[in-house]
Amino acid sequence: MASINIDNVQKAFGKVIAVDHLNLDIKDGEFFTFLGPSGCGKTTTLRMIAGFYYPTKGVVRFGDKDMTRVPPEKRNTGMVFQNYALFPHMTVFENVAFGLRVRKLGSKELNIKVKDVLQKVRLEQYADRQVSQLSGGQQQRVALARALVIEPEILLLDEPLSNLDAKLRDEMRNEILRLQKDYNITTIYVTHDQAEALSMSDRIAVFNFGVCHQVGTPSEIYNEPANDFVAGFIGEINLLPVKISRIEDENILVQVKNGESASELSVRNAPFNYNQENKGNLALSIRPESIKILEKEPEGKNTFKGMVEEVHFFGSLINVVVRAAGLKLQVNALNSGLSRNLQAGAEIWVELPEEQMRIIPVVTGDAS
Amino acid sequence: MIKNRDTRLTLLLLIPVLLVLIAYVLYPSLRTIMESLQKEGSMTFGNYSDFFTQESKTNLEALWNSVYISVLSVLVSALIGIPLAFIFNRYDFPGRGFFASAAIMPIVLPSLVGVMAFMFLYGETGLIPNAIKDLFGLDEVPFKIGGISGILIVHAYTMYVYFYMTVSSAINKIDPSLEEAAYNLGANRFKVFWKVTFPLLTPAIVAASLLVFMISMASFSAPFLLAGGFRVLSLQIYFSKINGDMEVAATQSVILSVVSISFLLFMRWYQNRKDYRMASKGIGAHRSEVNNPVLKWILVFTGIVGVIILLLPHFTILLLSLVPDGTWTWQTYPSVFNFENYRLLFQDPNIFKPLKNSLLLSVIATAGNLVFGVLASYVLVKRKFVGKSFVDILVMIPWALPATVIGMNLIFAFNEPTIFSFGNILVGTFWILPLAYFIRHIPLVVRSTNAVLEQLDDSIEEASRSLGAKWFYTFRKVILPIIMPGVLSGTLLAFVESVGEFPTSVLLYTLSNRPISIEIMNQLRMFNMGQAAAYGMIQITLIALVLFISNKFFGVKAEKSLS
Repeated sequence: MASINIDNVQKAFGKVIAVDHLNLDIKDGEFFTFLGPSGCGKTTTLRMIAGFYYPTKGVVRFGDKDMTRVPPEKRNTGMVFQNYALFPHMTVFENVAFGLRVRKLGSKELNIKVKDVLQKVRLEQYADRQVSQLSGGQQQRVALARALVIEPEILLLDEPLSNLDAKLRDEMRNEILRLQKDYNITTIYVTHDQAEALSMSDRIAVFNFGVCHQVGTPSEIYNEPANDFVAGFIGEINLLPVKISRIEDENILVQVKNGESASELSVRNAPFNYNQENKGNLALSIRPESIKILEKEPEGKNTFKGMVEEVHFFGSLINVVVRAAGLKLQVNALNSGLSRNLQAGAEIWVELPEEQMRIIPVVTGDAS
Repeated sequence: MIKNRDTRLTLLLLIPVLLVLIAYVLYPSLRTIMESLQKEGSMTFGNYSDFFTQESKTNLEALWNSVYISVLSVLVSALIGIPLAFIFNRYDFPGRGFFASAAIMPIVLPSLVGVMAFMFLYGETGLIPNAIKDLFGLDEVPFKIGGISGILIVHAYTMYVYFYMTVSSAINKIDPSLEEAAYNLGANRFKVFWKVTFPLLTPAIVAASLLVFMISMASFSAPFLLAGGFRVLSLQIYFSKINGDMEVAATQSVILSVVSISFLLFMRWYQNRKDYRMASKGIGAHRSEVNNPVLKWILVFTGIVGVIILLLPHFTILLLSLVPDGTWTWQTYPSVFNFENYRLLFQDPNIFKPLKNSLLLSVIATAGNLVFGVLASYVLVKRKFVGKSFVDILVMIPWALPATVIGMNLIFAFNEPTIFSFGNILVGTFWILPLAYFIRHIPLVVRSTNAVLEQLDDSIEEASRSLGAKWFYTFRKVILPIIMPGVLSGTLLAFVESVGEFPTSVLLYTLSNRPISIEIMNQLRMFNMGQAAAYGMIQITLIALVLFISNKFFGVKAEKSLS
């Protein structure tokens, strides 16, 4: 077990900078996720921790040890690859035993350890199978067992679930969490699937174009996105380009650009609602589930008359596209039975609650 | 020192590979070029101007003949190979599977042995023309092969296989839904073929054409035995060498190489430009059953006749090998059959010697190929370094160079002491032949190893290292065992090709290390067809065995790495 410290790391491939100005502190025993779209630098960072790449600049530490240029075989990390990378010429047992054989473990102890870990991943009866005879989920568990049996300081998982079908993915998600708790091992998990990241992680780092945009708990990342990229990448969101017109004590009044007319919205002035670091363009973000749809004209601030444009039924959830005050808004309402029978063309009112909105900087450049 | 371990390792692996390539591929080629620029002790292009302006026009004629016969070989091979590929891969009829695998049988015939079989089948005293003569009571044989028609027939027989194999694999890679889409959009059969199927096959057809062109430019055995007075460039090189006109031989070699290499470059350029790789997964077989009974039985009948024609040469060699010496002199047909030739082969030390030589020379050469091939291929596929394409080209040069030229290169490079031969003169010694076989088969082994290494995901090596294994341990315990089947099948193929190798052998052999192919030639000169055929049978058996072993135990279609 170890904490990981990534100190001002940069990685360049020729002229392309894959990761830049990266600073991360991953705590002992933490389940930490790198989240981002493909090509964002998350896998590059993982590979720098595994030792397959050396950083161009900066330092990687495990605990107090400088690991920046230590070769992969001397790092004692367990890695699970996206394609599992099981040795095709070996049986399940031999695959799992490989790391122990390298460490010249006695055969008695080796047998005990391999049996033990195979039992943990529930594959003890498959020990003598060739890996090609296993299903995707079983191969995945062999890969996990192989990484865990060497008792690594850090477990590295590179999009391990992306090759599995949806049902198996849920099952393996729980399996990984269970094993991580069992072994109480510092784990780094790379994924582009935000649902996976939110449900599994202690903390998440969100990457895009080689830059880490935000580090935080799942709830922080979801509820207090640092900028429009994080807000847009995680979950669904309405992003409206705004300008601050004035700040009163309790409220920030913003102008929403919506074509010819401009509407004024009032946002509660609180750290939760306002990322003060911003310069340049701003956006107002509000989650679809935070917008209220009302059938009668309500009182209070931030209410608009609008029309239902589309209705999409998802079972527990109903997604409604509303046009109001020249804005197109995504609204999610819980399905509350047949009482709410929204249809396209219906006239309704929407309310944007002032404590549910957040003003954030625009970094992606296309939030129009 | 270089700080990065990986860079250091790459360098450590690269240096021996590069040394071998420079010493035995690049340097000999350069020596030939230097030699071709020597005339009466000074540097000049005189040899080249002689080549093109000499009064008798012998050389120009030979060059022209080589090109002419190669173009014809391409056309005839294509006309046989492409329709066969279509019939066997698109239609289903009784015996299809058997005919389809029989279609690659010419590959089992080493070139010299194949030519020999054709001489005995269709030549002046050949079995077929004489059988027809006797059958119909003719005064003279109705036809005989020799000269240009002989070369062409042998080429067509051996080279249509390249068309057949490349086009077959291209046909099988076409996603049937593409054609179905065209039908769905309203195209008729004719339109679908010319607008969809055929364009998708053009890359394969062009690749096969270039390949056949190069192979027939380099072809040596067929002209050697059949040409008569007909001159081709590869043979002229041999004659120049025999006559001691070394500078002329060098010039001819350079010109032949330039033609071959420009075709290689053209082929690479074309392949990179047009690549219709299919994105779709899981393409199913797509054969329509032939329902019309007349058509079905015509196909089956043609198939049977075809197989007989294809296997006649093999059968002839088998038959001849059973005819003891001195029992078939003036008769039209042989009358005595027994195993005398095989008995002599294994009991008479003089007759066994060439077989032993061939096996020994080939084992040495192939061992070199195995070690070098794995190393070179690993560096080329799995390591990054500057100048990779240069190394890649060096590896491919022996493939593009006609065998005759490789032989000449070695003569020019190692008829004097060099550092690459540790100060020895290699020409005239035992070691020059294994070296020649080794160089000839570098591309074959490297390419078949590349194919398996490219399929091996990098993460396998990384997984091993992250589990704590050092590079060498990983290489021994993980990479080698996984790629071994592919590597061995390529190496075995190189081995049997070495056993049958004729063009370089005839330029470089000595009395004490003469291999099978030379002895076949000697026996033919002494009209001991039986003994020559027995040697041939040994080669055919070896090749068949290797293809069988590769298919059965390694799951590799070894014949594929030939093209």
